[in-house]
Amino acid sequence: MSTQSKGMSWVGRSIRRLEDPALVTGRGYFTGDLAAAHWVRFVRSPVAAGRIVKIGAPESAMVITAANLASVKPIAPLLHKFNYKPVAQPILADGVVRFVGEPVAAVVAASEQEAEDIADAVVLTIDETAAIVDGRAALAADAPQVHATVPGNVIVEGAHKTDGFDAAWARAHRIVTVEARSHRQNATPMEPRGGHAAYDAASGRITLTCATQMPHLMRTAIADLIGMAESDLRVIAPDVGGGFGQKMSLAAEYVLLVWLARQYKSSFAWREDRRENLIAGFHARDQYLTLAGAFDADAKLIALKADIIANVGAYSCFPTTAGIEPLMAMAELPGPYDFRHYECRARGVVTNTCTIAPYRGVSRPVNAFGLERLMDKAAAAFGLDVVEIRRRNLVDRFPYTTAYGLELDEASYRQTLDVVAKAIDLPAFRARQSEARAQGRHLGIGFATFCERTGYGTATFVERGMAITPGWETVVVSVDQSGLVEARIGASPHGQGLRTTLAQIVADELGISPDMIKVVHGDTDRAPYGWGTFASRSLVISGGATLIAARKVRTKLLKLASHILEAAPHDIVLEDGTAKVIGTDRSVPIATLAHEAHTQSHLYDGIEPGLTDEGFYDPPGTFSNACHVAIVEVDIETGQVKIEKFLVAEDAGRIINPMIADGQVHGGVAQGIGNALLEEIIYDDTGTILTASLADYLPPTARDVPEIDMHHLTTPSPNSVTEAKGLGEGGTIGAPAAVINAINDALVAFGVTIDEIPATPQRIRAALRNLSSPSPLWGAEKGGV
Amino acid sequence: MKPAPFIRHVPKTLDEAVRILGAVAAEEGRVLAGGQSLVPIMAFRLAKPAHLVDINEIAELGRMSNDGKMLRIGALVRHAAFHKPVVDNPLGHLLAAVARAIAHYPIRLRGTFCGSLAHADPSAEWCLVAATLDATLVAHSTRGARTIAARDFFQGIMTTALAEDELLAEVRLPLLAPDTRFGFNKFSRRAGDFAMSAALAVYRLQDGKMTDVHLGVGGAEPSPRRIPEAEAVLAGQAPGDTVFRAAAEAAAQAVEAMEDHQTSADYRRDLVRAVVRRALEQSA
Ligand SMILES: Cc1cc2nc3c(=O)[nH]c(=O)nc-3n(C[C@H](O)[C@H](O)[C@H](O)COP(=O)(O)OP(=O)(O)OC[C@H]3O[C@@H](n4cnc5c(N)ncnc54)[C@H](O)[C@@H]3O)c2cc1C
Repeated sequence: MSTQSKGMSWVGRSIRRLEDPALVTGRGYFTGDLAAAHWVRFVRSPVAAGRIVKIGAPESAMVITAANLASVKPIAPLLHKFNYKPVAQPILADGVVRFVGEPVAAVVAASEQEAEDIADAVVLTIDETAAIVDGRAALAADAPQVHATVPGNVIVEGAHKTDGFDAAWARAHRIVTVEARSHRQNATPMEPRGGHAAYDAASGRITLTCATQMPHLMRTAIADLIGMAESDLRVIAPDVGGGFGQKMSLAAEYVLLVWLARQYKSSFAWREDRRENLIAGFHARDQYLTLAGAFDADAKLIALKADIIANVGAYSCFPTTAGIEPLMAMAELPGPYDFRHYECRARGVVTNTCTIAPYRGVSRPVNAFGLERLMDKAAAAFGLDVVEIRRRNLVDRFPYTTAYGLELDEASYRQTLDVVAKAIDLPAFRARQSEARAQGRHLGIGFATFCERTGYGTATFVERGMAITPGWETVVVSVDQSGLVEARIGASPHGQGLRTTLAQIVADELGISPDMIKVVHGDTDRAPYGWGTFASRSLVISGGATLIAARKVRTKLLKLASHILEAAPHDIVLEDGTAKVIGTDRSVPIATLAHEAHTQSHLYDGIEPGLTDEGFYDPPGTFSNACHVAIVEVDIETGQVKIEKFLVAEDAGRIINPMIADGQVHGGVAQGIGNALLEEIIYDDTGTILTASLADYLPPTARDVPEIDMHHLTTPSPNSVTEAKGLGEGGTIGAPAAVINAINDALVAFGVTIDEIPATPQRIRAALRNLSSPSPLWGAEKGGV
Repeated sequence: MKPAPFIRHVPKTLDEAVRILGAVAAEEGRVLAGGQSLVPIMAFRLAKPAHLVDINEIAELGRMSNDGKMLRIGALVRHAAFHKPVVDNPLGHLLAAVARAIAHYPIRLRGTFCGSLAHADPSAEWCLVAATLDATLVAHSTRGARTIAARDFFQGIMTTALAEDELLAEVRLPLLAPDTRFGFNKFSRRAGDFAMSAALAVYRLQDGKMTDVHLGVGGAEPSPRRIPEAEAVLAGQAPGDTVFRAAAEAAAQAVEAMEDHQTSADYRRDLVRAVVRRALEQSA
């Protein structure tokens, strides 16, 4: 990498990712690469609900069951609000099974193959009991009860109603309703989960290497459940092959590995296979969202009524709990829209299905899907175009307090809408659309405008009533005597490129090039305590802490340089790895300053020895925003949808590295397209999972994702020291809504609506087939239904 | 995702393979060809063969030949061999058009034509080709060789007329008349997925009329087959939109469509209607 030219900032440049050379040349280091003395294979429940009668293990096999784990506490996260009913998840099923895939026993053998052979021979005798699979059905009075501690299966319930709601509702000129159904998904990271726990005889410590997004919290939680000193456990998150939220929740499997390593003083490994990941690696998105919007005569939304039923699966995930989906849905549903009255009921419902955990977007893909359908339906009802209805309703003054009480900071809701509307040329599209219709081809356009709450600190988690409030971050920046900089961070990137973007932030402060900066993460022995990487938080919070720490180091470097160069600190600049006195040829290398700071501290009165400083950041949060547009073609004979074009106008404040920002949007949109059209975890009525392989669970391939036309706007955030906002989840939030609106637009003349995702060809055909007669606009000879 | 233990045998000749298969068939012995269906099934432990007779080193099974009447395809001829026309005959072009729709490139480099027939997935392209063109299959065992007509070979989902100890050594496809027209259409959720329905239309165009009509449908019923009701609609007619639609409708009505949790029989019939018409449109 070339060194920085004078006055040019590293921030804002698309430098190549520092992490990629190792990854693309096969030199990455993943949990599954580690050798172990023992391999673990989990025997999982084949039934959704039942009582364990017998676990029949082959003789001489080492098989761990709940009976061995009496000293280990179950996973039982807490929420102090919203009528939360705690549930306990034993590490291995303890007498009762509650979903297909729940770990019942663990087989230990010398090799992975052998462990699988033995597991295959374990015979489970389970007395099956009635299972409940669907979140809405679980609310019925006679529905089977998943936990004795959760009467009626409602584990958490939030409610909100603004003062004066009823009066506002009564003023409605028109009520528009949407019944949105989002089916269940799996985040499907390329690397499934996996862990490796090893005992060190010299220190008595255990090292757990695992595919996690939250190494420190794994340490805290596992030490607590097992009853060991936290300092005796080291957790390493090496290269992690994607997480998308699935790897932030505590896996019971990891607890067992640490217990085994401690109990038997050896090393134990488990690599989740794809089938396990699909059935038991946490699920997401399973919601019913019913909306009614009251609009005034000018098509302005004045009040919104919402009912949210989130199927949270069998247990409550740690640390975010089963409240995460319904409560985030309730808080963030108002989105970027300007209306004063909001009534919402949000329930989390337990069922005999895999536990739900955060997945990129958390609730907001469903929120946006429902709300953007509402906007399109309102547009139709008022005879407005889909851009105009949004223009009338988007927030345009800041800060703005939403009808739920969240404060929206400076953003560009209308501007992003205008940018894409102009780029797509809506009138030209409408002309093309009607020409195509005359030929029996059905094109549609869909818009989705949304905001994405990112980089929120402790206060948000307190508001949610969480017992654990993973908000702040710490970063330690130090310069060693060779002039190399280390930034040790509590965030735990696993694909986001933070080793590059944080280095860009430090580089600008210290006047060195990013390749001189090593970002150290994912090792609880090396990194300061922190919460890891999730919720589009790392660049804002860890990046903010990085900036704060780097500024402290910078100040100290300037002080040292001022002594040595005999100039005032404000006359000195840091650039090209040296401190220079402006307008002179006097300079001193940063390595020399670091050497002085460590070895000659007695010469510098009033300056602490060494060159290490800590930055701490706990911001209130900031909202990035975007507008997505999809143009689709629906094949009405087969129900197949093809995405012809996709546009994104995105505003995430100051962009540290545009290439990485684009990558986040691309990946998110790809997952959103999967959400909209393809990906669905399906259970039958007995709770048997029918999508247990990638032959049945269909993520999008490169051919299903079109080129994405990206536009950037920059509204710096006052709530972020770097002025950057998070953008990790936006792609997944907007894409499903844009695609589903486009499908509905394509089908508008048939008078059918599709308010279900994924909008599979089966569902689209079912809607069309049930029409009593083809649309009057065109007959069968022109490709009618 | 590791298969149960098995013993692998690697014969060098067809005779040796047949002898070993005869000996191990009763103990869950299976032929291993390209492994693109068998290995995933073993990884899921849905199949746990105790013996595999790996035919990949039997050179004689890699042969393809044509005697002017028939194209003979040996048991080791891979899907990718058909990417370009293998014979200067409409059949070569037909096979090339179909081959590209099968799975993905790496799978086509390993998977075999005969393995696909022996596996008998209802949606497999080669099964549809064999059924539509009335292929003849040649099975070898220690009891000798016999030929089986495609219409007798496919007996349901992953079920064939092959006995446990029989090895499918060759399939024979008739070369097609120079005035043959064909069209193929497949519907799947994503490119490279198995067909939810597929159709192959093959006929001769004589004096502007369709004759010798073969109209096959795959993926809709437990086995692919010709649909006589649709063929009857087409025979003797000039190709055209109206007759194509009528044939598509006849095929949609004629199939006993498979159902599953996601896919209703009605939907499967919708697909049959679409793929048949599109295959016919492509042929014209
Ligand atoms: C991701 C994926 C997508 C796919 N998509 C498609 C698709 O779109 N269309 C399609 O048609 N196929 C598809 N396939 C299947 C692929 O075409 C297989 O190659 C084919 O079905 C089997 O051929 P094989 O040579 O690999 O057989 P193997 O996997 O080796 O064997 C399959 C079965 O046939 C038996 N067998 C094989 N050869 C013989 C023989 N000579 N005599 C007796 N028994 C034999 C085996 O014992 C086994 O039971 C896909 C596969 C994958 C993994």
